[in-house]
Amino acid sequence: MADLATYLLTGLGLVFFIAGTVGLVRFPDQFSRLHALTKGDNLGLGFIALGVAFQAESWAQLAMLALIWVLALLAAGTVAQLVARAALTEQDKP
Amino acid sequence: MTVWLHIVAIVLLASLGGALWRVWRGRSQADRMMAAQLIGTSGVAVLIVLAALQDWTLLVVAFALALLAALAAVGFVTSQSPDGAGDPEEAHPPKGWRDRGRNG
Repeated sequence: MADLATYLLTGLGLVFFIAGTVGLVRFPDQFSRLHALTKGDNLGLGFIALGVAFQAESWAQLAMLALIWVLALLAAGTVAQLVARAALTEQDKP
Repeated sequence: MTVWLHIVAIVLLASLGGALWRVWRGRSQADRMMAAQLIGTSGVAVLIVLAALQDWTLLVVAFALALLAALAAVGFVTSQSPDGAGDPEEAHPPKGWRDRGRNG
């Protein structure tokens, strides 16, 4: 049962990662790229961490996985804001 | 199970390659920084999958990489504006402010 959950969740995380990368490559506008990238980022990493969590043997590993995902969430959120600000400042330049 | 996790790791590296293409082609600096952020996160994902495959202590490495990816982006933003705030609300920086640091 745990293996099945791992298969499904890591597959789902993979789909989000591929969508994030394709979005980053294909989208015309900087901010839509940033949107696709952060979406793929957070959800992809979250599902892969969840999928791998089913394989974890001890509580310490589960706690570590959750910690990584929470850090990635916070980091990606704030970084997306900051990079969008930098992109905004760049556009206004004469 | 291990075969599937290997496939997942390989496809993650392929998506990392796609992000590298954006780093090479990205017209503006912000595009390159976005791609670097995605590379950092897919690196973390590959490390997590490898932790499941081989050794669980790799999770600490993934944690460190996630932290460094965030700090790299912060470093980029602070280098973008003269006073380091990266704040668009401040008055438009004067002409040629970008290279004042380099050639005085």
